[in-house]
Formats: sequence, structure tokens, C-alpha cells
Amino acid sequence: MAKSKSVCNFAPKLIESIGFATLKTSFMVTDNIYKNEYDVIIIGGGATGAGTARDCALRGLKVLLVERNDYSTGATGRNHGLMHSGARYAVTDGESASECISENMILRRIARHCVEETDGLFITLPEDDLGYQRTFVDACERAGIRADIIDPEEARRIEPAVNPELIGAVRVPDASIDPFRLTVANLLDARLHGADTLNYHEVEGMIVNQNRIEGVKLLNKLTGEHVEVRGRVVVNACGIWGQRIAEMAGAKISMFPARGALLIFGHRVNNMVINRCRKPANADILVPDDTVCVIGTTSDRIPIETVDDMRVTREEVDVLLKEGVKIAPSLATTRIIRAYAGVRPLVASDDDPSGRSISRGIVCLDHAKRDGLEGFITITGGKMMTYRLMGEIATNAVCAKLGNTAPCVTATQPLPGSEDDTLDQRDMSKRYSFGQRAAIGRHGSLAARIEKENDIDNALVCECEGVTVGEIKYAVHQLHVHNLVNLRRRTRVGMGTCQGKLCSCRAASLMGEFRHDVKGAQADLAAFLDERWKGMRPVAWGDTLREAQLTAAIYEGLCGLDQVVDRTGKEDVQ
Amino acid sequence: MAERMQICNLSENNFEQCTKCSICTTVCPVAAVTTDYPGPKQAGPDGERYRLKDPAYYDKMLKLCLNCKRCEVACPSGVHIADIIQHARMRAGEGKRASLRDTMLANTDLLGTVANLVAPVANVTLGLKPTKMVMHSVMAIDKHRTFPAYSRMKFETWFKRHAAEHQAAYANQVSYFHGCYVNYNFPKLGQDLVKLLNAVGYGVNLLDKEQCCGVALIANGLYKQAKRQARVNAASLRQAVNMDHRTVLTTSSSCTFNLRDEYPSMLGVDTSDVRDSIMLATRFIYRLVDDEKIKLVFKQDYKRRIAYHTACHMQRMGWQLFSIEMMRMIPGLDLQVLDQECCGISGTYGFKRENYERSQAIGATLFKNIADAKVEAVATDCETCKWQIEMSTGLPVENPISVLADALDVDATRRANGL
Repeated sequence: MAKSKSVCNFAPKLIESIGFATLKTSFMVTDNIYKNEYDVIIIGGGATGAGTARDCALRGLKVLLVERNDYSTGATGRNHGLMHSGARYAVTDGESASECISENMILRRIARHCVEETDGLFITLPEDDLGYQRTFVDACERAGIRADIIDPEEARRIEPAVNPELIGAVRVPDASIDPFRLTVANLLDARLHGADTLNYHEVEGMIVNQNRIEGVKLLNKLTGEHVEVRGRVVVNACGIWGQRIAEMAGAKISMFPARGALLIFGHRVNNMVINRCRKPANADILVPDDTVCVIGTTSDRIPIETVDDMRVTREEVDVLLKEGVKIAPSLATTRIIRAYAGVRPLVASDDDPSGRSISRGIVCLDHAKRDGLEGFITITGGKMMTYRLMGEIATNAVCAKLGNTAPCVTATQPLPGSEDDTLDQRDMSKRYSFGQRAAIGRHGSLAARIEKENDIDNALVCECEGVTVGEIKYAVHQLHVHNLVNLRRRTRVGMGTCQGKLCSCRAASLMGEFRHDVKGAQADLAAFLDERWKGMRPVAWGDTLREAQLTAAIYEGLCGLDQVVDRTGKEDVQ
Repeated sequence: MAERMQICNLSENNFEQCTKCSICTTVCPVAAVTTDYPGPKQAGPDGERYRLKDPAYYDKMLKLCLNCKRCEVACPSGVHIADIIQHARMRAGEGKRASLRDTMLANTDLLGTVANLVAPVANVTLGLKPTKMVMHSVMAIDKHRTFPAYSRMKFETWFKRHAAEHQAAYANQVSYFHGCYVNYNFPKLGQDLVKLLNAVGYGVNLLDKEQCCGVALIANGLYKQAKRQARVNAASLRQAVNMDHRTVLTTSSSCTFNLRDEYPSMLGVDTSDVRDSIMLATRFIYRLVDDEKIKLVFKQDYKRRIAYHTACHMQRMGWQLFSIEMMRMIPGLDLQVLDQECCGISGTYGFKRENYERSQAIGATLFKNIADAKVEAVATDCETCKWQIEMSTGLPVENPISVLADALDVDATRRANGL
């Protein structure tokens, strides 16, 4: 991790060149932020926190969002990237299903640059009960989800990757969504409407005055500074970590961490989401995400103490593969580039004192009513794809406390990047290079802010994912990037099949140049490569292992990175 | 690990085996001279991932690829990089019509048939400055290029009139896929081969039906026509190899590579059952000598200094050794083997106005090496390399078969082989 020193070493010239004045980078304004008094402080920089911050800011509140790591490091960045139609929940949880389809349609409008309208299939295999298909379609209809039974032959035609043995198929409006982009777009809009956002700021405690929460005690992890920031309402949007935050405030929430592991394949085998048409079980969804596809998930209840351990086990990989090939047989021979895991924030229902009954829906707790604790709201449960609705519900609760009567507009107002609906790849192929088009795919209309005037700006840093020098500059200057891992989440640098082999040194060199800090960039590079290896390790065989060995040979053998970087006592903020 | 799974990562075009080492880009002749072309790694395996997501990610700069296959030779992971690029071009070109210029350049046999009829006129006209200017400005065929001269008599005609009847007398029989260049432009090469093979006791036969191999059709996007011609050729090759039990010899490296490897990989026309029986004549002759099945006797007074240029497709097949070693059998020949460099012409690529400068830039190193070699002629197995080197260095370029035929003492050889 780059330490504070490197962060503050930006050349003044560069700060001027940031241009887009409303997008202040945090290091410039932290002192002001610390002195400010906010209407609302939102803890948690996942999709829910970002969505809540956007909604609050759009309703005219003075907002601060704090995140202990980088944005979207928790469950937001550790799921399937699936924009559910709701069909998955139709049979077991009609309420969630209805929420999903309604949010699904909204996100297609407001977040078009984060969404790929792939549609999805629910397939019945010979080992499944075809009778379930009827139950499923009926439940979808009740929830308002369009579900068309199609001929297996038609399913094979529209999605050639599907298991050809299938005996039934239903087409639903599933889609693929990029949660990193979605979160950043919400944060950008919040900031455009006056919100302040801080990453790498960990909540160490609450400012409590009798029975009222009046702010948060923060640790700036980049500088080691301890500060207090005051706000009239504090929103706990920390997902599974919300239990800990609630405890700091003196409230008790029982979370049930449900861990899910997933595998990323090197390229797309499918262009539609493929689900199994049966009761939800292990590894029954294959989602095309950007250049890759992802199979998942497993589902295991884990103790709350272990929620920070995201290592994927051998057994999980085995289960995912064994079930995955039933959906798409080609997965058996397709290269796996990474494995990862996330934790679903399931919450015990308040009306069940035993804590055994789990709510899968959205849970918004006003702790004043529940625990007699003023100025504190918890928003949890739900799903990444219902983040907007969760934000709306939480903001409604905040506004009720503050007497704000402004209406919610997040369902109709497009996110930054999605205002322009004319950006079509087919029109662009003549005018833009591959890297520029990839950037438009990622940033939508915001890609206009990426410099592309000269050869250097258009040079590719990440060749797998088509990330240019211009895009890196944009991300570093405008999207809260402190290190290479942040940069990866904003741009896809290092997310391709080489997992950072070629791009990480180029990106580190640019970061070092921007910050005039070579040592910091070297340490960052080493940390980034370690982080990439962590995800490759559970699937390190075949070509992924060859890839990793070549990476090691280049960085350790050839460049001697392990000689120049002191990794003892390295702070692991991932 | 789940049983029998993930033993290999092999998708259709095996691009997953790419470890992004970038060696291919370092040997790419196009990437070396222009930043417009993203290089084989980007154009091939990297781009393919995006094209799987959305075909609209096709990069129009892929047309700069020469399909020289040097990337495939260099790849330590066995990725068919150039095939991936060609397939992407093929998919992007589906439903689009090739331009008149490309159609004309690609139809080497049609053009040849017409030009043969009026060869003297055609040769003069095509060489005239006003003709060149018109072709340059209207058809975008570069003014620096001269079309190879057309012969008055097709090789096929010559063969039928002067050679066919003697062939049955020989104990051994081979078939010959002469290709367009020999047929329409340069029958002498075919005549040299017949002379050579007859001298060592081999009779030569033409195929039942030979059409242009289609290498230029593929390069110019006329895939349907290429496929039709490939099927006709595949049937003739099968007849020769499987029914008549003859080896099919060739004198053009690109035709050979096309028949053996591009037919199945690019056009989906399977020639795997006859692949091993299609080979360059230099390889065939070298092996016969090496196995002591034939003897070659050379002229006593023969003395020449020649440089050998390895054509890209020759390198892809790994057969340059046969041509080189075959020529090294000639006692009076001082053979200078040049470093393997692309000459830049790549069939019809260099004829196009928009490619001319790039084409010459690619070949610059080769031309300099040839000049430094102080030779009287250059030998190579590819006719388009021949045109490019002749135009760019002023030196005559010959096929190794012609070099051998020129050095051969035919009567002595016949006697040595018991004829």
C-alpha cells in the first residue's frame, strides 16, 4: 500500500490539470471534510452506501460517505455481476423477485453503461424435474417477470454454449452488470451534487451523546491520523460488517454470513446468462461479465469472525467446476483465470427472537424505534442489484428524521456516463481505436473526459482489457485512485488473462510518475502482483500456472522486484 | 480436481494458451514499421476476447496483417495467432463485397487466362506509365508495381504439346500442382521441373483439374470463391494421391502452404488425408538424393554466387532447409543464406496503393542484406517475394528448382540414373 507521503507528493501542476473541479480528490480536501458538519454520514462504500449517498445528495442533504478500504471491496465487488430479472427468487421469495424485476428495468435506463442486456435462460437438464418449469413460470408471472418457455433447439441456437442435453428452457430478462462501475457512477453523481466521499477511512467508534449518535471517529489509513466528523444522522451501510458498526453504536444486529465462491474464466463462452431451472443450489448460474464469464456460487454459512478471510478452497473450486460443466460443457476445457469469494449479508428477522429466521429481503432499521438510539439507521440485507431501492429506503428514513420532504429521483435520473443513449459500438468502430471503444464501454459518456489527443494517451497500458494511458490518467485524477488495486476496479487494468503481467509495471510506472514516488510505486506493484496471485492460486494449473510462472520470472527473476521492495510489515488493506 | 476436467485449455482457436509473452509482436514485420497495427498479440488473442463479447470490437487495422505467419512460428505456446486474425477478418467481411481492385488482384487465374490471349499487348500496356497512373489513381494499385509479364503460351498448353506424351515412359510418377504463376507468367519454372524430374527417372502428370489455390482470394476476402476452388483442388489432390498413388509436387511455397494448412484452417476444406503427400519439389528431390534413390550430376563449369531468401510461408512450414541443402549440393554454387526477414509484398498486399510504403519499409532490411551479400542473383521459393526483390534490388530472382535445373548436366544425370 502506498503510504500517505506518496499521496501528498502530487505535483501542483498535476492538481491544476485535474480540471473537472467538482471531482475533488480526497487528499486535497480532507482537512475541510474533517471540519465540516454533515446532515448525514454514510458508512460503507459499496453499492448500497454509494446509492444512499447519491439519493441523499440529490435530495439536497449535505453528505459524507466513508469507506475503510476502497469502494466496492466487499460483497459489491464479490458477486456474480448478475442483474437478476428476479426469476431466481420467484418460487422461493416473491417479494425479492418483484423488487428485482422493478430495479432491473430501472437500471437498464439509469445505468445503461454498466449494464449489458444479455437476457437469461433457465435450463432444465435431464437430471432435473421438468415439472418445476411450470411452477417456475407461474411464479415469475405472479412477480411480473416475463418468462417465455422456448424450445430446447431454440435455446441451443441462441446460446450455443448451453449444455446440448437440455430438455427445457425459459427465457427471462436477466442481464449482466458491472458493480464496480455502478458504484463509481453513484459516487460520482453524489459528488457532483455536493457529497464528500473518503476511502481508506475506517470507523473506529461513534460519537455518542447520551442516546444520540452525533458522528463518527475515523482513522485515516493513508496518514494514520485519527479524526472525528460530526453528522446529524449516521447510516450504517456496511453489509456483513454492519454488525460490528452497530455494536460500536451500542445496537445489536444478528447477521448470518453466507459465503459464496465463484470462478472467472479467461473469456466468454456464453453471451446470455444461463441458470438452472430448479431450486437454487450450488454453481447454477453462469454470467457473461465484460470479457469473461463467471460461474457461481457455492453457499456456506460461516462464523462472523471469518468474514474477512476470502480465500477460496480446493473443495469450492471442485464443486463449481463439477456443477458448472453441466450448464456449459466447454467450461471443462476453458482456462480459469481466478477464483474469488464474497459474503452475503443476511440478517435475522427482528420478529424472531431466536434469530434463526433469516430475512432475505431489504432490512432498514431505525435504531431510534428499535433500540432507543437517535440518529442511527442501518440498511442491510438485499442484493447488489437492489442497491438503489435500498438507498431510497434508507434516504427516506434519513429524510424523515431531518424533516426533508424532497422526492426521490434516482429511479429516473440517469447516472453519470449513462446520459447518452447514442453510444453504439457499431457506429464507433470507424472513428475510435480499440482502446477508446473499450473505454466507452466502461465509462459510457464519461469517456469523453479521457484524453486521446496523442499517441501516448492512446497507447495501451493493459492490452488484455484495452486500457489506455489516457484512461489511467482519468481514473487516477478523477476516480479516487490511490493504488493499483483501486485502478483495477475503475478501469479493468490487470483483470485480463495475464492478470497484470504486462500492464501492472506500466501502470505502476505511470502512478509513480504522477506522484513522483518511485519507491511507493514499486511497493504498490509488488502488492498488486501478490493480490493477483492470491486469486490465481486456487486455480493454478495448466496455462494459468504457466502465466503465473512467467510473471514471477519477469518480476522476480528479471527485474528483481523482491530485492527492491521491503514487504515485511506490509499493510494489507485488501 | 474434478475427474477428466481442465486437462487442457483448448478452445476452438487455442488462444487461451497465450501467456502474453509478446514474442509474436517482436517478430511481426508490420508492427516493426507502423504504430497503426496493434501487433499479433493484440490483434489475435487479446482482440479475440473482446470480439467474443461483441463482434463490433473488430479493429479495422487488422487488414494490415500480412498473414506471413511469423508470429505463429515464434509463439512458444503454439497459438495459431495469424489464423485467429484471418478468421476475425473473415467474420468481419461476411456479407460485404470485395472491391473491383481486390477482386481483380485475387483472381490470378482469370486475369491470367485473359492476359495470355493478348500477352504481348497486355505486357506492354500494363507496363506503360499512363496505364500505371490510371491503375494507381482509379484502382489503387500502386504505380511503382509492374504486373509480372504474361507468357504467350500457358504452361498447361506447353505440357500437353511438348511433354505429356513422354511421361508415361518413366518408372516413377508424380503429379505437379503448377499454380497460376507457372501457368500464366513463367512456364519456364514448370519446364525446369519437368526436365529435372525426367532426368532422374520421374514422369510428371498434371492434376485432373487444377484451379488457382486461392491464397489471394483468401487474402482479399473472397472466401466463397476460395472455398469453391479449394473443393475442386481437394478432389483432384485426392485422385492423384489416393487413387493414382502419386506424390503431388509444387514449386510455390504459398500455394503449398495454402493447400496443406489454410484449406482446413481457413476454408474448412479438409485435406488432412492427402497433406503429407503434397510437398515442394525441393523437399522431394532433396530426400530422394539423401536416400540415395537418385543421383544428380552437375555441369563442370558452373560457377555462381547466389543468396537464398526464406519466404515467410516457407519458414512457417520449416522447409527452407530442404531448398538450402538441395542447392548446396551444387559444387559450383556459392550460396549465401540470408537472415529470415519478410520482403513485405505478401502476395497482393504490396500491390495496393495504401500498402506500398509500408511494404517497402518492411522489406528494407532484406534489401540491404541482399545488397551487402554481393550476389548475382537471389533464390527463393515464393513468386511474390521474387517480384518484390526484383523490383526493389534490381537483381534477378530464381526458384531453387530453376537454379538446380540450370546447374544440372542433364545427359550425365540421365546416365547416372540408368536412363
